[in-house]
Amino acid sequence: MKKLTTLALLLAALPTAWAASEDTYAEFKAMMDRSFKTTGIAAKHRMYQLDLQKACSQDKPPAKEVQAKIEAEQLKTIRYPADGKYFGDWKAGEKIAVDGRGLTWTDKTPLNNGGGCYNCHQMSHHEVSYGTIGPSLLEYGKTRGNGDDIVKYTWGKIYNAKAFNACSNMPRNGDAEILTEKQMKDLMAYLFDPQSPVNKK
Amino acid sequence: MNNRLKTLALALVVSIVGQAQAEDTSAKLLDGINEYRDALADGNPSELVAAEGEELWKTARGPKNATLERCDLGLGPGVVKGASAQLPRYFKDTGKVQDLETRLMTCMETLQGIDPQEVVKAKWLKGEREKMAALVAYVVTQSNGHKIKVDMRPPAMKQMYEMGKMAFYYRAGPMDFSCATCHGDQGKRIRMQELPDLRTNAGAAAGWGSWPAYRVSNGQFWTMQHRLNDCFRQQRTAEPIYGSDVTIALSVYLAANGNGGKVVTPGIKR
Ligand code: HEC
Ligand code: HEC
Repeated sequence: MKKLTTLALLLAALPTAWAASEDTYAEFKAMMDRSFKTTGIAAKHRMYQLDLQKACSQDKPPAKEVQAKIEAEQLKTIRYPADGKYFGDWKAGEKIAVDGRGLTWTDKTPLNNGGGCYNCHQMSHHEVSYGTIGPSLLEYGKTRGNGDDIVKYTWGKIYNAKAFNACSNMPRNGDAEILTEKQMKDLMAYLFDPQSPVNKK
Repeated sequence: MNNRLKTLALALVVSIVGQAQAEDTSAKLLDGINEYRDALADGNPSELVAAEGEELWKTARGPKNATLERCDLGLGPGVVKGASAQLPRYFKDTGKVQDLETRLMTCMETLQGIDPQEVVKAKWLKGEREKMAALVAYVVTQSNGHKIKVDMRPPAMKQMYEMGKMAFYYRAGPMDFSCATCHGDQGKRIRMQELPDLRTNAGAAAGWGSWPAYRVSNGQFWTMQHRLNDCFRQQRTAEPIYGSDVTIALSVYLAANGNGGKVVTPGIKR
């Protein structure tokens, strides 16, 4: 009997989402399959999940080991600039940071996307319309300096945020081909350049 | 709309459009919104849409040339008062959980002979979809001030809730977003837009209970299906089919989380 109670307890303690019932999950998958359609560039296959998306689709993050495994895999996706140059034009970077358009079914092309950074981050001293889903990046370069480590880390974070936090809310801008290498260089300049309004009042 | 309202609406639209150009401060923007809300206290622009909807409710239409006056929204044939505060609901006659819009489609089909596909296939605010919006405005006005009261006892409702919760956390698409990315934390914003935490009773009551709503920024009345559709668009998923089960499941999840909260419909939004 003692064994049974422990087992019952264990079962009750399982994370509810997927474990709730195999049947409900099967019905859920069928429901998702019949509920969506392709419109414009937003193809129906967008509803099929990548492993990393699936692992981060419950009300609680997955186990530490699972997160570590995802982060190790995602780290391998990062492509650093082939020419070794990390910084473009901060003025172009600001436009990309402000622009939240792209990849919806009302957008004509999967190219020319904005970074949508201001949806989630404070950045410039002057832009007051910023979101708070991510931390403030105000004075990013000024407070972090421009050492190799921080520059490489920041590139990596923009390229694939999941390499550093498996279930990050931040998109994988490089890995998911949301932004081009040039756009990411411009954003790097926006974050680090001493003349950029991120660092200069 | 009277002139003062028009001017305010215009000022607000201009300030929202100007947002990207910065300098326009957040305080000014929020002041504008509040001022507009006050001005609306004695006249919600959706009243016009609701009046159209009431007219439509009583007009004989469709192949069967009948009105919707015998439509059963869950409280019995013809009962509109308080009905939408208790939706979505499990309906025995269709064997399905339905939200207001899919239930209205059932009434249009059975009473008037109108093919549901005419609503499903129409564009937002066009054709039968526009008529649907008017009907919705009429019906939800009759639940203003009621309490959100969805009956979670039927097993079908419980299953829809579970599936709605799964859908809420379901990450997909090129940006890996789920509903929870934007609505799964307290006190967050996107740009200047405050985001309700829809996992909580207070957040869901505020978010669910204030829709359908009149949107000041584009002068349109939006149904809940329209709201959800636009959030999926921002999420970068494929497009949810109008009235599809994922939209019903999410509606059950939101309404049940908000149970007991106050219905303020039609709401007035940015
Ligand atoms: C949907 C939300 C979201 C968007 C959009 C977003 N971020 Fe983030 N970002 C976050 C979150 C959340 C974090 C905190 C770390 C984490 O959870 O991954 C973060 C962290 C960062 C960091 C690391 C900060 C630190 O102190 O380590 C940088 C740099 C960054 N973001 C830059 C950007 C840039 C540039 C863009 C636009 C191309 C962007 N982010 C778009 C949510 C977002
Ligand atoms: C990328 C961001 C984003 C995602 C993802 C998102 N939403 Fe939203 N949602 C918003 C914003 C911004 C608003 C504010 C309204 C507006 O756009 O005018 C909003 C508003 C809402 C509201 C109305 C709240 C109110 O108080 O008026 C509901 C309900 C809602 N969303 C549900 C959902 C659901 C369900 C999903 C997932 C299917 C979802 N959202 C996904 C950004 C998002």
